[in-house]
Amino acid sequence: MTAGPERTALEDEVSLAKEPPRRSVTRLLLRHPLGAPCLVLLLMVVLVAVFAPWVAPWGPQETDLAATNAPPLTPGHLLGGDSAGLDILSRLIWGSRQTVVAVLIVVIVSVAIGVTTGLAAGFYRGRLDGAVGFVSDVIMSLPGIVLLIALYALTGPNIPVAMAVFGVIVAPTYYRLVRAIVLGVRNELYVDAARVVGLSDFRIVGRHVLWAVRAPVIIQTSFVMAAGIGIEAGISFLGLGDPASASWGIVLQNSFNGIYNNPWGVVWPALAVSLTILALILLGNALSDVLQSSARSKVLPKRRRREIVAASARQREEQPVNDSILVGSSDDVILSVRGLRIAYPDAQGGVNEVVHGVDLDVRRGEIHGLVGESGSGKSQIAFSTLGILPREAVILGGSILLDGEDLLADEARMRAARGRRIAYIPQEPMSNLDPSFTIGSQLSRGLRAARPMPKKDAKKLLVDLLVRVGITDPERVLRLYPHEISGGMAQRVLICGAVASDPDIIIADEPTTALDVTVQAEVLELLRELDHERGLAMILVTHNLGVVADICDVVSVMKDGNIVERADVDSLFAAPNQPYTQQLLASSRTVELMEV
Amino acid sequence: MAFSLAKRLVRSLAVFIVVTFAVFSLMYGNGTGIAHAVLGLNATPEGIQAEVVKLGLDQPLLVQYWQWLSGVAHGDLGNSFYTSESVSSALSNRVPVTLALVFLTLLLTAVLSVILGVTAAVRGGWMDRVLQFISVLGTAVPAFIIAIALVFAFAIHWRVFPATGYVSPNVSPSGWLASISLPVLALLIGAVAGAAAQFRTAVLDQLGRDYVRTLRARGIPEREIIFRNVLRNAAPPGLTALSLTVFGLLGGAVFIEQVFALPGMGQMANMAAQISDVPLVMGTVLVVVVIVLVVNFAGDLAITFLNPKARTR
Amino acid sequence: MTTPIEHAGAGPKAPILQVQDLVVTFPGRRGSSTTVIHGVSFDLAAGETLSLVGESGSGKTTIGRAILGLAPVTTGTINLRGRAISNVPRRERRKLAKDIQVVFQDPYSSLNPSMTVESILVEPLAAAGVTEGRARVRELLDAVGLPDNAGSRYPREFSGGQRQRIAIARALALRPSVIVCDEPTSALDVTTQATVLTLFKELQEATGVAYLFISHDLGVVNEISDRIAVLYRGEIVEIGEAHQVATAPRHAYTRRLQMAAPVADPAKQRIRRNQRLALAASTASASAGDGQPITTS
Repeated sequence: MTAGPERTALEDEVSLAKEPPRRSVTRLLLRHPLGAPCLVLLLMVVLVAVFAPWVAPWGPQETDLAATNAPPLTPGHLLGGDSAGLDILSRLIWGSRQTVVAVLIVVIVSVAIGVTTGLAAGFYRGRLDGAVGFVSDVIMSLPGIVLLIALYALTGPNIPVAMAVFGVIVAPTYYRLVRAIVLGVRNELYVDAARVVGLSDFRIVGRHVLWAVRAPVIIQTSFVMAAGIGIEAGISFLGLGDPASASWGIVLQNSFNGIYNNPWGVVWPALAVSLTILALILLGNALSDVLQSSARSKVLPKRRRREIVAASARQREEQPVNDSILVGSSDDVILSVRGLRIAYPDAQGGVNEVVHGVDLDVRRGEIHGLVGESGSGKSQIAFSTLGILPREAVILGGSILLDGEDLLADEARMRAARGRRIAYIPQEPMSNLDPSFTIGSQLSRGLRAARPMPKKDAKKLLVDLLVRVGITDPERVLRLYPHEISGGMAQRVLICGAVASDPDIIIADEPTTALDVTVQAEVLELLRELDHERGLAMILVTHNLGVVADICDVVSVMKDGNIVERADVDSLFAAPNQPYTQQLLASSRTVELMEV
Repeated sequence: MAFSLAKRLVRSLAVFIVVTFAVFSLMYGNGTGIAHAVLGLNATPEGIQAEVVKLGLDQPLLVQYWQWLSGVAHGDLGNSFYTSESVSSALSNRVPVTLALVFLTLLLTAVLSVILGVTAAVRGGWMDRVLQFISVLGTAVPAFIIAIALVFAFAIHWRVFPATGYVSPNVSPSGWLASISLPVLALLIGAVAGAAAQFRTAVLDQLGRDYVRTLRARGIPEREIIFRNVLRNAAPPGLTALSLTVFGLLGGAVFIEQVFALPGMGQMANMAAQISDVPLVMGTVLVVVVIVLVVNFAGDLAITFLNPKARTR
Repeated sequence: MTTPIEHAGAGPKAPILQVQDLVVTFPGRRGSSTTVIHGVSFDLAAGETLSLVGESGSGKTTIGRAILGLAPVTTGTINLRGRAISNVPRRERRKLAKDIQVVFQDPYSSLNPSMTVESILVEPLAAAGVTEGRARVRELLDAVGLPDNAGSRYPREFSGGQRQRIAIARALALRPSVIVCDEPTSALDVTTQATVLTLFKELQEATGVAYLFISHDLGVVNEISDRIAVLYRGEIVEIGEAHQVATAPRHAYTRRLQMAAPVADPAKQRIRRNQRLALAASTASASAGDGQPITTS
């Protein structure tokens, strides 16, 4: 497959948010709404554990008969006492030590085993990978508690050993995580580049691989700690812990056994466990947000959208900008775009305008080229005529007139036109077919959605059309799945799907960019023929001026969200007016073929 | 496809052997310790030695394991060290209780998490944020603590449900439902929290794909796209999420049975482990391993069936 | 293996890189394997630009990777200055790294996003034990037209074209005699492509480096090459001087390739289109294009 721009045009146009300058991780974490409270709580737990002898009002086994089943807020016993007269608050404080130690054991064991095996398996693969993978699958599928119960039969109440075993049980999560990252990084071109440059394997792992592994391992550790606390409390609660110690689980068990006499006794240990786990998990999520800032596009809520659209309309009224290069409109125009403005949410809660009031006319039967580089906004316009912009997009204003009727004004009109009167040919053939359904089923449903008809009629129509688009064995192809056909064939199938509903205008978004040159020529030929046969109008979005010269009648050149020039194809190439158009042509001409 | 099926079966068998042997050696390894526990505090060294021989714990581990394994093939899982009750008969009383609990919860989880996950992914907005919030809470708080909270609220404070005790469905279906409601609820919250989040991710992932956009552009109604195409493609990760849920439920059931005093196999294993009644524990482990392997196998099979690439090879 | 059509005059200069009967086979599942390159031979002279052009599946990228040591060489030899570099142990290969470098296609993933530009450029120098450090980095940035302060910034702060310049600077760091350029402009905008190609040419003039230029884009290839080799399904079908191959191709496939690529001139394109259609109608050409489903086995 010939390569077009690595990221599709739409992605380029959307990724406009500027990267914030790097700040230290801790500071970012503290600024995160959840980061600071969680860190504080966890710090408190650790401090309480360390300073327990000084903080706890009572000893862990110190009984006070007067406090038997005492409710909370009894003098001297802030959280009450249990059935043996032990102070709950003090026991929880002393118990935090066991919690902290248990968690440390789990983390050290699981990280040591999981990360090292993951690194080795990911980097060296081979037999090691298979064997360790097998063991890891085995461990991961068994409920850990069952193994811990079995362990108890051997060791008796021994929390440190149980936690170590739990560490082994949890290690496969690190193994899988690290291995997947290493495998991913190995395929990155910058690792290839490092090899070519002459780095030893050791240096490559150290510099490139470990760095990529760092953040996910840290995040995972937070969740592993949460699991460790849960299982430690759980085991003790079941009675597999050391009854002489004061772990949170033991306190819970005691309180639960006496729940009828002192219901409030269960609340405090339950809260201790739950809040600590919650803090760890929220911390993990916060770390994930901070360390792996994924560009998740924000969808603005409806009210905010209306506000922004209204504000933008007011703004335009105050400063009318007359930049329309189109004068009037005539009867043979099938599609008309007027003053279209599209924006996307920015990082600060406002919006960033990417299409700045575009005017476009497409006549019946005309192939209209929409040319521009990445970020010019051409794909945005194409998608907006079909109403398939991403959810985050905000249309600030303008109209799209199909045969005089504004599609943007009425959602129902847009829905009715989509697929029936306006059809779509996408750029990447393979990813635009549903991999789980046959070609026939997809084509048939698409056709019958636009033109309701019995299945048999649809099939006949499709078979004829498939032959027309150059597929020699249509009956067989209809039964195939997308992964069984080639890229060029898939594109023909998609063209068939677009044309089947007998539309008035086709929106083709870089339909040949992902195809080999020879196949591209054939597909362009096909598009031209179909266009002439059926009197279709077409908007052809492309960045390739050769394609434009080959097939288009009229060309609109886009730059940075504006149409800078519009002309018929011969005039545009012979005598371009705008400097940008000239620059574009000059760059293309330098890569022009010589005379054959 | 038959070849990969056979490969999977062999693999499952290998896992079975490895795990059961590992657990077996873990538990039966300390023969004297077991004998000591069985005899109690007044055991004499000679008594312990005699007990070891009586229980067959002096034989080499492999021999013991082989005996046990052959026994399993015949349905004989040995007897309790204490009561001489046969392990299989003990299990036959207890396994149905646990299985009923787990699979009832699984059914409800599947239905609820699909509904919640799909709605959150498709509608977005506040519904999505609420789901994410509940998700974090549900997966954070351990099931047994949720269980205790439920007991606190509904059994003690408001006295709606019985706190403990189990009524067999044979005796009284409504009684059974009443006794099992709180346990199922306790497990359900955590399970739905996890599975719904995974469904949501799977659906969101599909919604962002090119083919969905193309289907929309063809004029196919959104509803049809979601219920036919998106759900179909999100099914494999969804099935994986449900398999993982089963494993989580099996583990969680142990705690739930403890809190609500349900006579399931988890509770039996727990009590048996504390007195070193090893055959009962081993029997429970066997059942759990078999359930895990069966669920894994079934899940793999279903996912392979759903994948056109695997079917047409 | 088909004998390629060779045009006379394949450079009297001593070849710096020699590829002879290269065969590359990738192991598949369960013992099966796919042969991607079926015996390819060519020479690259010092200071010249040889382009490998072909469509998808032609194997052009695999040849480049084999020369770089990133793909296995099943049989055949690759010689650099007369010494074999194929199938030598890793350590020896690393010593040779100085002489052959690479510029990849994707400017977004060929630079480690967590490293500053300076550390990216220092990396090859450090690996070769060179301690010129910062001065050399400034020199390199200058050579590719990037400002000095670029060193302290991260790749994500640069555009695609600028990142590609950084990649070129990295390739130049060790003063190699050969640079393998694997579709270096395919992922760039048209206007950026032109400037980057100009940069390639300037650098060649300044340093005398030889390029093995891999591309599917005939326009680019015709523009920058001294010689062109046309690849089809793992074999060279035609190799010769650039002007010859571009204007008077002899092999049918080359002709089809040249005619299929559209030119940015409507009048000329109309003529070419008619010629191409006439050619297709008259020759009963075995279709290498599509219309036939992939057979799965």
